[in-house]
Amino acid sequence: MKITSHYGRGFALTAMFLSLSLGGCAASMVNNTEEVPAMHSINEFKDQRFAEVEDPWEGFNRSMYRFNFYFDKYLFLPVVNSYEFITPTFVQQRISGVYNNLGEVRNLTNSLFQLKGMDSLTTLGRFVTNSTLGLAGMFDPATSFGLERRNEDFGKTLNYWGADSGPYLVLPIFGPSSVRDASGLAVDSGISYGIYTAINPFGNTGNSFVYDTLVTGMGTIDARHQKSFRYYESGYPFEYYMVRFIYHEQREIEAGMPLPAE
Amino acid sequence: MIFFKLLFMVCLLLLPVSGLAADDGYGYPIPGPYESTIMGTPASLKPQFPVHMRTRRLVLDIYPDRKKPPIFFYDEGLLCTLAFQKQKAPLVFLIGGTGATNQSPRLITMMKSLYHAGFHVITLPSPTLANFIISASQSRVPGDLTEDSADLYRVMETAWQQVKGDIEVSEFLLGGYSMGASQAAFVAKLDEERRVFNFRRVLMINPPVSLYSSVTRIEELLKQIPGGAKKQGFFFNRMFSKFSRFYRYGNFVAIDEDFIYSIYTEKLFTTPETAGLIGLSYRIGLAGMIFSSDVMTNSGYVVPKNRVLSSSDSIFDYFLVSTHLSFYDYFNEYFYPFFKKQRPELTKQALIDSQSLRSIEGYLKSSTKFGMMTNEDDFILTKAELDYLRQLFGERAKIYPRGGHLGNLEFKDNQAYMVDFFRMGSTP
Repeated sequence: MKITSHYGRGFALTAMFLSLSLGGCAASMVNNTEEVPAMHSINEFKDQRFAEVEDPWEGFNRSMYRFNFYFDKYLFLPVVNSYEFITPTFVQQRISGVYNNLGEVRNLTNSLFQLKGMDSLTTLGRFVTNSTLGLAGMFDPATSFGLERRNEDFGKTLNYWGADSGPYLVLPIFGPSSVRDASGLAVDSGISYGIYTAINPFGNTGNSFVYDTLVTGMGTIDARHQKSFRYYESGYPFEYYMVRFIYHEQREIEAGMPLPAE
Repeated sequence: MIFFKLLFMVCLLLLPVSGLAADDGYGYPIPGPYESTIMGTPASLKPQFPVHMRTRRLVLDIYPDRKKPPIFFYDEGLLCTLAFQKQKAPLVFLIGGTGATNQSPRLITMMKSLYHAGFHVITLPSPTLANFIISASQSRVPGDLTEDSADLYRVMETAWQQVKGDIEVSEFLLGGYSMGASQAAFVAKLDEERRVFNFRRVLMINPPVSLYSSVTRIEELLKQIPGGAKKQGFFFNRMFSKFSRFYRYGNFVAIDEDFIYSIYTEKLFTTPETAGLIGLSYRIGLAGMIFSSDVMTNSGYVVPKNRVLSSSDSIFDYFLVSTHLSFYDYFNEYFYPFFKKQRPELTKQALIDSQSLRSIEGYLKSSTKFGMMTNEDDFILTKAELDYLRQLFGERAKIYPRGGHLGNLEFKDNQAYMVDFFRMGSTP
């Protein structure tokens, strides 16, 4: 139940959508009626604040959250839904398996960056087992051999070497993140791109651009397909804060942050 | 309401708990009313179904002329879900409990059980949900059984109009849990006059007898917090730090089912703490209702009157303010004055009394269409109220020895009972 969103590399229409969505906010309502203070305000409560996360760019983040809602609604989810409609469930699961297996490369590099010996071996074992016995990751025999998945990314690596999460940040398309995790995402994407280019799997086909685009596009669709999260679906007016808190704390806890004082 | 469910991941998959509870022939394993309420039913003890289900998302435009404030820009109508058969079948409307969306896990489990038993199903969100207040409540002030049920009836009519060209329905049935169970009773009563659906059977699951009294039970849970509900922030932060430490020292790999399972087996939270957490998660849900209603009515209760919030404005302080308000605050300062304005002769006691099953007990006692399921240890009921339900429904009551409030709703025996109830006397 991760809220972490790594939707892949599809930035094609981002700029256009961004301008549409942000433009919408500018046309705010004109309000001539005078405000009257509310019956209850924050000053009357002598209590600790709770479920709060450092978020100095909240205005920007909330706009981005809204942008992602529209991006999902008008582009991403219709594509994902069509994919789910035309593809048998069995095939969908195999495709997810292949991409998850490719993700082990990210888990491996970052386990190594964090000097986690056992985890690196486990992840390597998984990758080798599932790539061969598991037919390029279509199946996951490694888990039944006791080699469980260890999710790692460069955001966690940065944390391991002492980087603070920094302020909360909602990225376009990718969703909830932080300054640290956004940098991590850029590094992980760079590394994958580097490895992919070095191997150049479709280099000899003469049509490598088409195949590369297919691989990337399919990966993006599969990544969204695997996330059940839907913006504003909870119907809860404070959803933004719940998502922010859970994202932040889950990252902190799983990255093994120093413990808060009792 | 979603909050602690996410935190504790109520999706407690595959809990292999057994032999914990007394051997009384009832297989629901979790003893303790608070524990079962939070933990729900382990995935392995829920009924198992094929993945495939024909569903459609319904977006109902109940008030086409209603202007929605910019802060609720994403709300495009009331969201409901339809699961439908290809052939002619009975249609069950299901009403969720306080704060439930049409997709809340309990409603989805009920929907699956009924769908795979051959019913059409439409799930309806609770009238206390922001989406309902914004898009489907006539008064925009939730909490009155009579008005909320009239709203629900209008929603059912609209939903039926939208789907009746596409599905064949043999008869109508109605069910609800928690506050949705009380609403189901009032909706059924309204249907006796309007006769649009002629519900053949109506099932009430874990109903409160009196809303006011049940909310009092829940507010009392918050008294178990050191310093009371006004110190919920301290309590929250302390519980959360306990939660993180537990993870840190336990060498867990991820916040997953193993981790959640050990929170339960290692008794990380004491019973008063568990009670406090239930109370707090209820307050967090209530906060969404208070805020939405206040924005929709422009009453100046937590948001300054006439302030127009944009979609990028921070509303975090309103969250903190609203979670610090009790149900009594809402009732005395907002809800009662609202109705008093419309009916100057209305007393507080009369308003409280009208939010109770007792106000329609003659109907509930005489109508054979009703069934009621609850638990001996449902903490929203007093001993006297449980006896009252027993006496009111007699043969039609099914009372389980444990399960707390809704904890055993998704348990396979309970689901089977529910399906049988709707099947009984059915005309296929």
